[in-house]
Amino acid sequence: MTVTLLRLAVVLVLAAFLVDPHLFQPLFEPLTQNGAPAIYDRTPFWQLAMAHLGIVLLAAVLATIVAVGMAIFVTRPAGREFLPFSRSLANIGQTVPPVAVLALAVPSVGFGLKPTLIALFLYGLLPIFENALAGLSEVPAPVVEAARGMGMNARQRLFGVELPLALPVILEGVRISTIVNVGTATLGSTVAAKGLGEVIVAGLLSSNDAFILQGGIVVALMAILIYDALGAVVRNAARRSGLARTGDKI
Amino acid sequence: MASPIFRTAPGMDRLGSAIALLALAGLSLTPLATFRPTRIASGVDHLLLSALPMGGVAALILALMLFCAVFTARSRAGWRLAAALVLLVVLVLVMGQSASFLTPEGNRYARIAPGAGFWIGCFAGLLGAGDALVRLSPGPALRVGALIAAFALFGALLHFGVWDGLSLMKEYANRAGSFWSEAGQHLALAGASVVAAAVIGIPLGIACARIEKLGSVTLPVLNIIQTVPSIALFGLLMGPLGYLAAHVALAKDLGIRGIGTAPAMVALFLYSLLPIVANAAVGMRQVPPEAVMAARGMGMTSAQRLMQVELPLALPVILAGLRIVTVQNIGMVTIAALIGGGGFGVFVFQGLGQTATDLVLLGALPTVALAFAAAILFDAGIELMKGRKS
Repeated sequence: MTVTLLRLAVVLVLAAFLVDPHLFQPLFEPLTQNGAPAIYDRTPFWQLAMAHLGIVLLAAVLATIVAVGMAIFVTRPAGREFLPFSRSLANIGQTVPPVAVLALAVPSVGFGLKPTLIALFLYGLLPIFENALAGLSEVPAPVVEAARGMGMNARQRLFGVELPLALPVILEGVRISTIVNVGTATLGSTVAAKGLGEVIVAGLLSSNDAFILQGGIVVALMAILIYDALGAVVRNAARRSGLARTGDKI
Repeated sequence: MASPIFRTAPGMDRLGSAIALLALAGLSLTPLATFRPTRIASGVDHLLLSALPMGGVAALILALMLFCAVFTARSRAGWRLAAALVLLVVLVLVMGQSASFLTPEGNRYARIAPGAGFWIGCFAGLLGAGDALVRLSPGPALRVGALIAAFALFGALLHFGVWDGLSLMKEYANRAGSFWSEAGQHLALAGASVVAAAVIGIPLGIACARIEKLGSVTLPVLNIIQTVPSIALFGLLMGPLGYLAAHVALAKDLGIRGIGTAPAMVALFLYSLLPIVANAAVGMRQVPPEAVMAARGMGMTSAQRLMQVELPLALPVILAGLRIVTVQNIGMVTIAALIGGGGFGVFVFQGLGQTATDLVLLGALPTVALAFAAAILFDAGIELMKGRKS
């Protein structure tokens, strides 16, 4: 109950800030010096938030499609050869820092949205791939055998049995990936992509703590809310797939 | 049933064929080198044939053919490793050759940079080497040895000036002094923040495992800290630390300032806490109660049990937390450059600002190499621990 109220309060505060940040002006004023503006208003906050979420969402959708597709491929008989290799590749890929991806993408695709999208996509790919792989390979073999015994073909087994059973674990991967990317997307502003990082970078450049704080808080609140909401989606999927008993693990 | 597209002739290796195809396509279709009249002018692309003298072309084509032949066949892992290494070494060598070949005589402003073909070729070579290593599955000591050998080989190539004509090394030559001081700063920031977080985080994690209530309060708080974007956390700490420096004489004497190392250290430390505390708590909870019971039965005190039984058993999980944090911090130090924290990020952001690709590479490549090396070292360490346990 208290959690629900807290959640509601956070949503309301965030929404109010995005619609009219000047309501919060008195809170940020003490942080400014020499009469610098207390609220970032070069671009309306809601536009920045939409751009930020848009790029994260796009990257998440692309990463999910590709990562789940790859995980399905390497767990089929046709692709099993690729399994050990793809697993270590994913492991190694995780070590490349997002700033490096971002910076290295700029020379080939230019500044702005594209390098950010590439960095978020690549960075989001790995948690989803890892989880999809774990989810698909943890489907109990007897269940798949039973489906085969019922006369299901490979496609029916995949879509009717394996994917639904693996869904909670896959969604948990999407959750981790999305949440990391909400934060990472702020880095996009260093390569001139539109997003909430713009406010933070403006604050850094003009040493205006109020800007840094409001940008940081909005991103953090969005991340927490998305994490929370996706958590509910994961729990729901776990319940429906009958794996709720492992709900404490995931 | 395999779909028809994937059905290949017997004796062909599909993963290897894919890697070989990538190398072939990259080196034949995309430019091997880019020529720029000046440092930041737009470049002219050169495909393999026009980027190299005849000898270099021949060497590269031979290495590529060997690579494709070995990788498309179901060859032994040792051969695969050799072919991949040959391709990588030849690529590095001809790239250096290309620099002197493409630079007009006596021109000091022209810049030669590796093109997409070079990077794709290297990527394919590394994939091939990785594939061979996965098949060989060498033990931890051998992997660390291979890492050291790779670094030594690359270091020797740079030392003997193989790449001196390339734009990347010219950027380095202009900044040789600051490169090494930034490297030191990068390592110091990443290392010190991990050590500090381990000193605080491991005991805290142990406490969280023992005291249910502490864990249920600490972990959510650390989780929330992780959601604050790194760039904002770096910035936010500038305020309070600047205040501290201005108003507390002792803080100022300790060298704490609003910009630079102090906020970077604190931010990295805060980010490091969650994985370390969470893994220490999980590791301690995983210790089999029977082991603790047996130790108690042997008359060990609670401190002896902790040091001699529980911690050694939890060590692989604790080390896994340290691995996550070390790799993460090596990457994140890059961002610290935005608030004057130094490190390789200085070159990355200068390069982005000047649209000088090679300067970006000068910062990004060592960062990636460091993170990669740290991951290999930790993985080897964790495996050794696990081996000793069983």
